[in-house]
Amino acid sequence: MSTTPPAVPLTLSGAHPAIRDKMPRPSRPPVWLVIGAVLVIIAVSVPLVYLGVRVSDLSLEAVWTIVQRPRVVALVLNTIGLASSVTLTTVVLGTAIAALLTRLRLPARRALLLASALPLAVPSYLASYGWLVVIPSLSGFFPSYLLLSAVTIPYVILPVAAALRGTSADGEAIARTLGLGPIAAFRSVTWPQVRPAAIAGGLLVFLYTLSDFGLVAMLRYQTLTWGVQQAYSASFDRSQAAVLAMLLVVIAVVVVSAERTARGQVNTTQATHLPLEDARIPLRLAALALIGAPVILGVVIPLVGLGVRLAQAETLRALDYPGLLAATGSTIGVAVAAAGVALLFALPLAALAARYSSRFVGVLESLGYLSNALPGIVVGLSLVFFSLAVVPSLYQTVIMLVFAYAVLFMPKALGTARSSIEAVSPELVGVARTLGATAFGAWWRVTVPLALPGLGIGALLVAITTMKELPATLLLSPIGFDTLATELWSKTVASEFGAAAPYAAVLVLVAAIPAMILSGVRSVAKEEM
Amino acid sequence: MSFPVPTIASVLGLVVTTLLTGCVGATQPEGSTDSSVVLYSGREKALIQPLIDIFTEQTGIRVDVRYAGTSELAAQLLEEGGRTPAGVFLSQDAGALGALSGQGLFAPLPDSITSLVDSNFSSFDGSWVGVTGRARVLVYDSEALQPEDLPMTAEQLADPVWAGRLAMAPGNASFQSFVTAYRVLKGEEAAEAWVAAISENSPEIFEKNGAILEAVNDGTHPLGLINHYYWYRLAAERGASNLRAQLHFTQQGDPASILNVTGAGVLAAHSEDQDAFDLVAFLVSDTAQQYFVDVTYEYPLVPGIAAPQGLPTLAELAVANFDLSDLRSLAKTQALLQKYGLIL
Repeated sequence: MSTTPPAVPLTLSGAHPAIRDKMPRPSRPPVWLVIGAVLVIIAVSVPLVYLGVRVSDLSLEAVWTIVQRPRVVALVLNTIGLASSVTLTTVVLGTAIAALLTRLRLPARRALLLASALPLAVPSYLASYGWLVVIPSLSGFFPSYLLLSAVTIPYVILPVAAALRGTSADGEAIARTLGLGPIAAFRSVTWPQVRPAAIAGGLLVFLYTLSDFGLVAMLRYQTLTWGVQQAYSASFDRSQAAVLAMLLVVIAVVVVSAERTARGQVNTTQATHLPLEDARIPLRLAALALIGAPVILGVVIPLVGLGVRLAQAETLRALDYPGLLAATGSTIGVAVAAAGVALLFALPLAALAARYSSRFVGVLESLGYLSNALPGIVVGLSLVFFSLAVVPSLYQTVIMLVFAYAVLFMPKALGTARSSIEAVSPELVGVARTLGATAFGAWWRVTVPLALPGLGIGALLVAITTMKELPATLLLSPIGFDTLATELWSKTVASEFGAAAPYAAVLVLVAAIPAMILSGVRSVAKEEM
Repeated sequence: MSFPVPTIASVLGLVVTTLLTGCVGATQPEGSTDSSVVLYSGREKALIQPLIDIFTEQTGIRVDVRYAGTSELAAQLLEEGGRTPAGVFLSQDAGALGALSGQGLFAPLPDSITSLVDSNFSSFDGSWVGVTGRARVLVYDSEALQPEDLPMTAEQLADPVWAGRLAMAPGNASFQSFVTAYRVLKGEEAAEAWVAAISENSPEIFEKNGAILEAVNDGTHPLGLINHYYWYRLAAERGASNLRAQLHFTQQGDPASILNVTGAGVLAAHSEDQDAFDLVAFLVSDTAQQYFVDVTYEYPLVPGIAAPQGLPTLAELAVANFDLSDLRSLAKTQALLQKYGLIL
C-alpha cells in the first residue's frame, strides 16, 4: 500500500526508539530553565494561594461541616461523573474521528476537518442557550453530557489528527498484512503513537468540564461550579465558595497525576507521504455521521436556536457598528496578547517536563494545570485580591486582565508544548551545542522553532478560550473596555436577544478563525536539513 | 519550516503596548472635587446607562460604570475592601447590600437621602437606600391553566396538586426574601411546615427568574415564581400578545406577593467624595424614579410618583416590618431551605 521509504536514514529524530533510549539523557536541568519554570508556577498558583487564604478564614471543623454536607457530596459525585463521562467519550470518539479524518478517503476531507474544529468557537453558554430555544425542557445530566462532549471534542480531535499527520501508517499496513483487523492494527500500532496527544487532550476536556459553569447552569445540572456560584450569590460566603473550589482542585490533582502516568512516551516516526484508505460506502456514511455529530450538536443546532430567537425579537434596533467594531478589536487584541503570554508561561515548564523526569519536575508540571480546573469567577477574585495587595496600580488594567487570562488558560498550551518539544530530537540540540551554541541559544534556535507548530496549537487554543471568557473579564477589565463576550452578556441579561445576536455571531466567527487554523497544523515541524 | 519568531514577538509587543497606552489609569484615586465617580452596577447597562447620562448632563459629574452581576460585584467589593475604586454600589437586591453593610463597607447616608424612602424599603441603619421595588408574583401558562385554578395564598402553592409543576429559583435573593417574609409574618413553625410541603412537591429548581419565565412561556412548566418586571421586559421584547405566560398576584397581604427592593450605597473608602453622594441622591430623585417606572415597570419607592399602570399598589402588597438586608435573618431562611434540600 505504501511506498514510503524507512525514515531512519533521513532524520535523526526518527532513530529507532531502542537506539534513542541509549542516548544519554541530561540528568540535571539548567538553572535558568528551573528558575523560569518556578516563576511561572508562582504566577499561575495565585488562585491556589488565594483559596488557601479564604479557606483558612474557617476553622477545620467548619470546613469539614461544609465538605460532608449531603448536598456537597452529591455535587462532588455529579461533577466527577460528568467530567469522567465527557472525557471518556471525547477521548474514544475524538481519536476515532481524527483517525477517520486523516486515514480514510472521504469527500471534502479538508472541509470536514475544518468543520470538526468549529465547536471550539461556540461558547458553551451559547450552545446550551441555543439548544434550550429548540427544546425548552432540556435539563439534567444527559443533555449536559452530550453537549459538553460535542463542544469539547475538538480538544482531542485536533491534537490527535496533528499527531497522526506526523506519524507513518507503514506499521499499521504491516500489521494488516500480518492478519490484524483495521481496529486491532490501529490499537497495537498507531494508538501508542497518538496516545500522549489523546490523553493530553482528554485532560483539557476534563479540566474544562470541571470549571464550566455557563452550560451546567443553563441545563440545570448541579455541579461544584454551581455550588461555588450559589455560595457567592445566596449567602455572600466567600469562604464556603473557596472550600467548594478547593474540592475542584483536589479532583484536578488526582486526574493530572493520573494523566502523567497514563500518557507514556512519544515514539514518533516521520512520514513523508500518507496513503488514504478506501472504504465501502456504508462505512463511509457511518464515518461521516460520526464526524458530523459533534458539529451538528455543538454548532448547527445552537445557531439555529439563536436564529429563532433573533426572528422573534421585536427589539431589533439599528446595529451599533462602532460598538461592535470596538468590542471585536478589544477581543482580538486581548486574545492575541493572552495567547502570547500564556505561551511564554508554558515554554519553560514544557521544556522542563519534556526533557527531565525528576519528581520535582513532575510536581511543577502538575501544579501548572490546576488553575484550569477553577471557574472564572474564582480566578477573577483571586486576581482582585492579588493585584490590590501586590500591584495596586495595575488593578483593572489590560495588563492584569491579560495576566488573568494567562493564569486561567496557560494549561491549554502546556500539553501540546511539552509533547512537541519532546518530539524534537535531543541529538539536534546536541549538534548545535558542539557547534558552539550556548544551552539557551541551542534551545531558542533549535528546539523552539522545530516545536513551533505544536506551540502554535497551544497558543491558538488559548486565544479561542480567551475570546469566550466572561466572569474574570467582567471583574478585571478596565471600565468601559467591552469584549464581544461581555457585550453579549449585557444584552442577554436585559433580554435584548435581538441586540445580542450580532455579538454572538461575530464572537463565533472570530473564534472560528483560530479554530480553523488549528485544524491544519501538524504537531512537529519537518526537520529540514 | 521556519517561523519568524522575532516578527511574531514584535507584533505581540505592539498589540500589548497599544492596548496599554489606551487603558492604563482607568482607575482613579479618590478625591472629593474631581467631578467623577466610579459606579459598580449590578443592574444592566441597557437600563442604567441612559439614566447615568442624564445625571452627567445635569451635574457635570463623570460616572465610570462597571457592569456585572450583583453577587459577583458584592464578592469583588468584599475582596477590594478599603481599596475599592468604586464610590457607589447599585445592587439588584437587599441581601448583597446587607453583606457589604455587615462588613462596614458603606458610609452612612445623610438624612436628606434616607428620609425620602420608607424605612421598610431601605436599610434600618441608613447605610444604603432603597431605589426601586419589584413584586414577587406567580407566572402561569395561560394555555394550561385558568386564572380561577391559581393559588390565592402561599399555603395553596404548597398543595400537592402542584407537585412537580412549580418552577422556582430558591438560590435567588428575591425567593429567599419571600421565605423570610413568610417566617416573619406567619412564624417559624408555619414557615418550616410550608418549606417542607414545597420540598415534598419536588419543585423544578432553576438558577434564575428569567429562565423560569422562559420555561413557563414555552409551556414546559405550568407555574413559576418570579419578579413582576421580568414579564414586562419580555413583553417589550416579544410583544405582550405573543406571550403564553401571564402574571398572577396572590391575595392582599400574602407573603407570596412581597415587595423586594434594589438599592444603592456609598462605599466607606470614598466617604469624602461628594460626587458619590450626589449620584445616590439622584437615584431617588423624581427624575430617576419616574425613569424606572417608565422603562422597567418597577415600583418607585419615593412617595408622589405613581406605580406603573395595571399593577397592585404598594399598599396592596405584603409589607413585612423587617430589615430586607438583615443577613442573620437571611441565614435562618437559608438554613431552612438547606434543611429541606432546596439550596446547597
